[in-house]
Amino acid sequence: MTIRLGGIIVGLGLTAILLLWSLVPGLLNFAMPEKPDYYAFQEENVTPEGGFSFAGPMGKWDYAQLQRGYQVYKEVCSACHSLKFVAFRNLEELGYSDAEVRAEAASWSVPGIDQKDGSVIDRPGLPTDQFPSPYANDVEARAFNNNAIPPDLSLMAKARADGSNYIYSLMQGYVEPDPADQALSPEFETPPGLYFNEHFYNINIAMPPQLLPDIVTYSDGTEATTDQMSADVAAFLTWTAEPSLIQRKQTGWWVLGFLLFATGLAFLSYKQIWAGMKPKK
Amino acid sequence: MSFAWAKQYEPKTDFTKWLDEKLPLPRLVYSAVGAGYPVPRNLNYMWNFGVLAGFCLVLQIVTGVVLAMHYASNTEVAFGQVEHIMRNVNYGWMMRYAHANGASFFFIVIYLHIFRGLYFSSYKAPREMIWLLGVVIFLLMMATAFMGYVLPWGQMSFWGAKVITGLFGAIPLVGEPLQTWLVGGFAPNDSTLNRFFSLHFLLPFVIAGVVILHIWALHIPGSSNPTGVEVKKESDTVPFHPYYTSKDGFGLGVFLILFTFMVFFLPNTLGHPDNYIEANPLSTPAHIVPEWYFLPFYAILRAFTGDLTIPFTGIVLVQAKLLGVIGMFGSILVWFFLPWLDKSPVRSGNYRPMFKKFFWFGLIPTMIILTICGGAPAEEPYVVISQIATAYYFLHFLVILPIVSQIEIPKPLPFSITEAVLGKDADETAKAATATPGTSAGTPAGATPAGSPEPAE
Repeated sequence: MTIRLGGIIVGLGLTAILLLWSLVPGLLNFAMPEKPDYYAFQEENVTPEGGFSFAGPMGKWDYAQLQRGYQVYKEVCSACHSLKFVAFRNLEELGYSDAEVRAEAASWSVPGIDQKDGSVIDRPGLPTDQFPSPYANDVEARAFNNNAIPPDLSLMAKARADGSNYIYSLMQGYVEPDPADQALSPEFETPPGLYFNEHFYNINIAMPPQLLPDIVTYSDGTEATTDQMSADVAAFLTWTAEPSLIQRKQTGWWVLGFLLFATGLAFLSYKQIWAGMKPKK
Repeated sequence: MSFAWAKQYEPKTDFTKWLDEKLPLPRLVYSAVGAGYPVPRNLNYMWNFGVLAGFCLVLQIVTGVVLAMHYASNTEVAFGQVEHIMRNVNYGWMMRYAHANGASFFFIVIYLHIFRGLYFSSYKAPREMIWLLGVVIFLLMMATAFMGYVLPWGQMSFWGAKVITGLFGAIPLVGEPLQTWLVGGFAPNDSTLNRFFSLHFLLPFVIAGVVILHIWALHIPGSSNPTGVEVKKESDTVPFHPYYTSKDGFGLGVFLILFTFMVFFLPNTLGHPDNYIEANPLSTPAHIVPEWYFLPFYAILRAFTGDLTIPFTGIVLVQAKLLGVIGMFGSILVWFFLPWLDKSPVRSGNYRPMFKKFFWFGLIPTMIILTICGGAPAEEPYVVISQIATAYYFLHFLVILPIVSQIEIPKPLPFSITEAVLGKDADETAKAATATPGTSAGTPAGATPAGSPEPAE
């Protein structure tokens, strides 16, 4: 009885504090937040035509696309963005041979130590090396990029919601502001040093447009349109974010198949053991 | 312990006879989860979740121990070590996804287990101790899960740790030094990560210990059941093995299908993308949100937006932050008092028309609303909605439950579990029709005096 009476008093007291000191002042000043004007410019992510080959439970890598995406990363993105969780040896998973990986690694220069006198030098990469960062440190990265550090790209496809589509969309989000939205907020303009991008979270991004048509010449002869390069680099960065993606899904089918079978057997044994125990209706 | 008709373990071989004399471990298992534990025959699928929770604990410990072999709790390398597990350790990705999603599924199972207990009043006498130990397990789970989420040292790890350890700073007088002591610095740092790893490794074994007490306490009165009517005679029960081992086996299969589907096809859906960005103390995420299973309590924490002041004087009695902390911890501590707040002699919600309405149309929607508000940014209309929901949450347990249990007129209860399963007339013939092994004789049904200790009203 004491506990119940105490409970009622505590419950009413706590509710009174909540309602009188938090809810009522809140209601008096009730204001729905006004979203900044630039939210009107924000567009939903888009998917490449036909979708990504790795999407869906039956997805597969498109190795030619991953190799093209790697070429885009190497020739464009790597000027500013690191890829620190990926090693050259991982490129074998993209369908390159051992010799090709060695040659590819050697075409990069990585920081090393001179074995004769211990001085810091640049040496050709080995398959065991991670991809090198384009900057010596964050201070240098800021100094070269208008005070914005270009983020590491290894995990980008998982570090943004709907990452693969986000990267694809962002790469081609450098458009002119929609005149209708611009008319709604005529004072909106992109600050100097930033670039309008309708897929970036606050519309103005520090990175200039990169994937201009034919900025790379694909070794497999594919036409390097902005759309093509965006899809290719998005696929490549999906692979860098999760190299085990396809193995994971394929393993999943075996596990699910086994479990469906085992659970079916478990259900039958359950029914057999309980036969006669339940009333017949 | 248990019922008079519980079968006793009989060792058959020389070895088991010898073992039974020296260390009666098979006897313990036989009486705990074997044929020697009589269980009400009418348990529905909601009674599967205890075994599933035990399975989740084992799953988390096994995957966690493997992950710990490859992890390093140093802020310089922790994020990279997790990526090392994902990329270089054989099937490391599977271990980590199983562990991360395992935590989510552990909480799904535990929430269903808890709300089963709330609906069927499993907390009532004679099972108060089981319930109290269960709340202790839940609190330990929350601490363990919170510290585990910090270990990958992503953005949400760091900022979640900062927000939650910051709560201790709200305690008057000792708050700030206490917080500094707990964190090992002024903000989460290497010391914090190290102690969280140590405790994250330790606490699951503490949980396992309390789980043993929880099951021990359960075996004294035996399991409750959907009618809430206590077991009266042998025909009310079936042996745990093979009846409930087979049912739990099927339940485990269904659970594993859902679980592996998430692990292999949607492993990051329940997580936050920001945690794939390495922790950066200089860059605050736009919205700091905890894992989904903490959202209702996070909403209660944030519902207290105003300081408790003396009106028109501006004197602050209690700061809003402290009120929020009291509210959040109070929202779970109130569960400790449930056995005494709800005095209705009827256990099962099925026979309590008024309680049932408040449960399905009050408490359950409130929990859903709080979960949504906890994940939403701290702006209107979510703040006002979470305040109303928080008020209902406390009113439900502290005011509505005591009053409803006083004024409610329950529906008539079945005389016995057997009657509830087989119908009134069948009770007499139940024995013959359903003779289970070892159920040859017993008191005739209906011979129990009408004035049995079972509360009917």
